Amino acid sequence: MIYFNNVSKIYNEDSVALDDVTLTITAGEFVSIVGHSGAGKTTLVKMILADDVPTSGTVFFESINIPKLKNKDLTKLRRRIGMVFQDFKLLSNKTAYENIAFAMEAVGKSNEEIESDVPHVLELVDLSNKMFHFPNQMSGGEQQRLAIARAIINQPELIIADEPTGNLDAINTYEIVQILKKINDLGTTVVLTTHNRGVVDSIGKRVITMEKGRVIRDDKSGKYII
Amino acid sequence: MTELKRIIKAGFVNFSRSGIISWAAVLVVTITLSVITAIILLQAVLHFSLDQIKDKVDVAIYFNVDVPESKIMFLKESLENLPEVEKISYISATEALKLFRERHQNDYPTIQALDEIKDNPLGGYLNVKAKEVSQYESIANFLKSDNALVLGSTSIIDKVNYNQNKTVIDRLNNIISGAQKLGFLITMILVIVSIIITFNTIRLAIFISKEEIGVMRLVGASKIRVRGPFMVEGAIYGIIATIVTLVIFWPMTAYLGRNMTNFLGLNIYDYYVSNLIQISIIILLSGVLLGMISSFIAIRKYLNK
Repeated sequence: MIYFNNVSKIYNEDSVALDDVTLTITAGEFVSIVGHSGAGKTTLVKMILADDVPTSGTVFFESINIPKLKNKDLTKLRRRIGMVFQDFKLLSNKTAYENIAFAMEAVGKSNEEIESDVPHVLELVDLSNKMFHFPNQMSGGEQQRLAIARAIINQPELIIADEPTGNLDAINTYEIVQILKKINDLGTTVVLTTHNRGVVDSIGKRVITMEKGRVIRDDKSGKYII
Repeated sequence: MTELKRIIKAGFVNFSRSGIISWAAVLVVTITLSVITAIILLQAVLHFSLDQIKDKVDVAIYFNVDVPESKIMFLKESLENLPEVEKISYISATEALKLFRERHQNDYPTIQALDEIKDNPLGGYLNVKAKEVSQYESIANFLKSDNALVLGSTSIIDKVNYNQNKTVIDRLNNIISGAQKLGFLITMILVIVSIIITFNTIRLAIFISKEEIGVMRLVGASKIRVRGPFMVEGAIYGIIATIVTLVIFWPMTAYLGRNMTNFLGLNIYDYYVSNLIQISIIILLSGVLLGMISSFIAIRKYLNK
């Protein structure tokens, strides 16, 4: 599904974010990318979103050459990917309901679909009682659950979760991981970056370990080992 | 269609939720529109005054006493064919005498002298009014030239008072064109300054939403879906600012109309009320376009991701 071929990202001589990374992620996988801060995890996922371009090498999403995408096609690509971030990236002037409705409007869903699907997905992440709250009226865990609801609402083929538990306590972290696992069980590919040992060990699926921009381990059913 | 409805709705929702930022933007647009309205009114006063001054300028062609009226009428017709001439009025010798007597009715010695002469000592004259003050010179030259059209006309003309008035006319001409140029320059400067201020305020308002714009793009919203609501917001600034401006100028012009009409020579309130529709359209268009274009440009920077 996703193919990195000899991808490097060099900002300048002293700052190499990615160093000759080659890896493949197949559909339906749950991949955890682990490593210290600055290991290149976020740069790697940004390349999938075309939020960053490689200095050399190619990144493919199926047959799409991501760095070469035009603006219009970029929008189309992003609609196939759901994203969850450490800082949630919710629309602060929109309610929980509107945040999700916006993502549906963006892909051109009808008002009827929005009205029926939004309450449903909010129920799925246990936020039915916060439907008309603004993000700043919700806790960190609730905001992240809302972000996940937004990420899955359009049934994307891939979910990218970049440090989704970085700002959360242990209980909320556990909940988020359970939700992500459930999403993966339903067939969606999940790419998770984290430096939380507990999270990785509890998932027990493929783990890619990065250090200084290089992939140093790639285990089928791995643990957090550095 | 649904897309457009959603964009417009989002614009209104964003406007009401942005609270103080929205109202700050409205305030700045209101100031800009007030400047434009004030300039419209000032231009009206300026043009009115200049027109009045211009109206007072004319050139009289005095004829010798014994010139037959037919010759004068012939000259009048040929002058009327000049493109520069706005209007010509003929005052016959008899009328000239009547006007002279009226003007000097309290000047007893003059009237007495006139009575003693018995004959009418005055000739008829033509009052020539040009379209522009600067055109009197060419009319005077035409009269001097004695061309085929007005053969022998120089012999019947006693004097043309253009040469007497030349300095005054020239100076007036300079003042008028100077005033118009200065008015235009000040207008342009004020308009440009207010546009820059408005643009920057709207840019600040959008800068605050920088993160949101990035998130919307990441969620997969098209450019127009992100940009649209901001442009709608810009248009709302313009519409509200127009209403506020029109309301502010109502009592202001009423006050000026009551107290300054003599000084300005023009009742500003009457002018404002009778031109209300045109003024509304001008400032509504300026306000809405200013708001929408500023938003359009300001958001461009954050969209290209």
